Amino acid sequence: MKKTSGFGLWLASMVVLVLGVLCWQFAAQQEWVSPVFFPAPSRSLESLWEQFGNAEFWLAFRETLSRMVLGFVSAAVVGVLLGAMIGLSPRLRVYIEPTLELIRPLPASAMIPVFVLLIGLNDRMIVTTIAFSSLWPVLLNTVHGFKTIEPRLLEVSRILRLSRLEMIWKVALPSALPDIFAGLRLALTVSLILAVVAEMLAGTVGLGQNITLAARAFRSADLYAGIIVLGAIGYFSNILLERVEQHLLRWRAP
Amino acid sequence: MERVIKGLLLPACVLLVWELMARLGQLQSESLSYPSAIFAAALAVLLDGSLLKAAGQTFGGALWGLAFGAGMGILVGVAFGLSRTLSQLMRATVESLRPIPSVALIPLALLIHGYGFKLESSVVAFSCFWPLLIITESAVRGIEPRLLEVSHVLGFNLYARITKIVLPAALPRIFVGLRLAAAVSLVVAVTVEITANPMGLGYALIVAQESMRPDRVFAYIGWIGLIGWLLNASLLRVQLKWFGRMGNWAEQSS
Repeated sequence: MKKTSGFGLWLASMVVLVLGVLCWQFAAQQEWVSPVFFPAPSRSLESLWEQFGNAEFWLAFRETLSRMVLGFVSAAVVGVLLGAMIGLSPRLRVYIEPTLELIRPLPASAMIPVFVLLIGLNDRMIVTTIAFSSLWPVLLNTVHGFKTIEPRLLEVSRILRLSRLEMIWKVALPSALPDIFAGLRLALTVSLILAVVAEMLAGTVGLGQNITLAARAFRSADLYAGIIVLGAIGYFSNILLERVEQHLLRWRAP
Repeated sequence: MERVIKGLLLPACVLLVWELMARLGQLQSESLSYPSAIFAAALAVLLDGSLLKAAGQTFGGALWGLAFGAGMGILVGVAFGLSRTLSQLMRATVESLRPIPSVALIPLALLIHGYGFKLESSVVAFSCFWPLLIITESAVRGIEPRLLEVSHVLGFNLYARITKIVLPAALPRIFVGLRLAAAVSLVVAVTVEITANPMGLGYALIVAQESMRPDRVFAYIGWIGLIGWLLNASLLRVQLKWFGRMGNWAEQSS
């Protein structure tokens, strides 16, 4: 694909998207589709615009985002540290890896009832749930990244007489980074999903609760606006992580 | 054999310490229960048939959603894979829909379908659509170009080209996609049940939590994990049997 045609194609695909939304708008105005289930996009955008001027919306937005970030960051830190420890020690791996494999297929949301019983329906439960669920993708991918280090790199670091800490910091960590980021990307998706699910269950202020309330009151324009906001959070957080990854992995040949 | 024993050592120790702590009154047993009670509860829900009924409901919702979502994903993926122009034109639309977290659609699906199978399977379908779309598109694009040239020389029409060349050639990777999506479908089905839908394993979890029965909560979590693990293991076997080494290759390139 030539670079010059890239922008034209992007513009064309935007035109398709806008056309699709316009078709929807037209169908809604002609009442070919139910205005309760598929409200005209203009109404959803209006509702979005109104919410942007509303302090309550920003409170919910901040709450959801801060829980998500808090859960994600603690999962990332713990996951990478533990993962590095397990991945670098074959002796430890024999004992721990089978257990990790057992936990891997467990749906993240299934642990919510346990945390509700342990902690109660509150903010701490939500953050714990997010952190716990996002921990596994980071941990499993970090273990994989550290255990599949090219053996020759380790030999080189031995010849260079690097200390163990230097070896981890200068050789093992960089070579495990692509795997770690694969895990982080999964964890980011999980953290947003769990933030929404846990808020729906706990009924605390947040975007997840917002859309539940909107649906219950048949305020479908507000519901769509909420879905758009959640989609935007998913989109932009992913881009942010991608940027960080590109920056940290810039030494790799493209 | 030694590996198995070493692998089981950690979970066995955890269970033992847990049991002892709970027996000695060191844990809040009203929220954590203890392993022997959990095993008893796991057996009880199996014997009184409630597990089978709940699992059947969850599987029903997950399977319908998987069939519909994955089917659509494969169709669109083949179309995108065969026509680069179409794929480029739809890019903005795809990129704006894909980051929406599937759980954000639960209130909408609830509004449209009410409680029941349709609620669950529509959310599952949305989340299974994307992985299949992406894997199918890249699988179709990766087909040996000479095969497509052959089909041109033979004068195949579009239908024959797809059924005789494209689908068989892309099948190993599509199957890998289906396996991943099957795991996703189970997770999403359970999540929908936990958040909204009063049926299946997820709802059984919530009922157990709300009636303050931590033994049942853990028992259901154990069963859900086991079911997920069995599902993946059996699909892996099918993959190995049908595609052999092709499957391994597909796994790595997906």
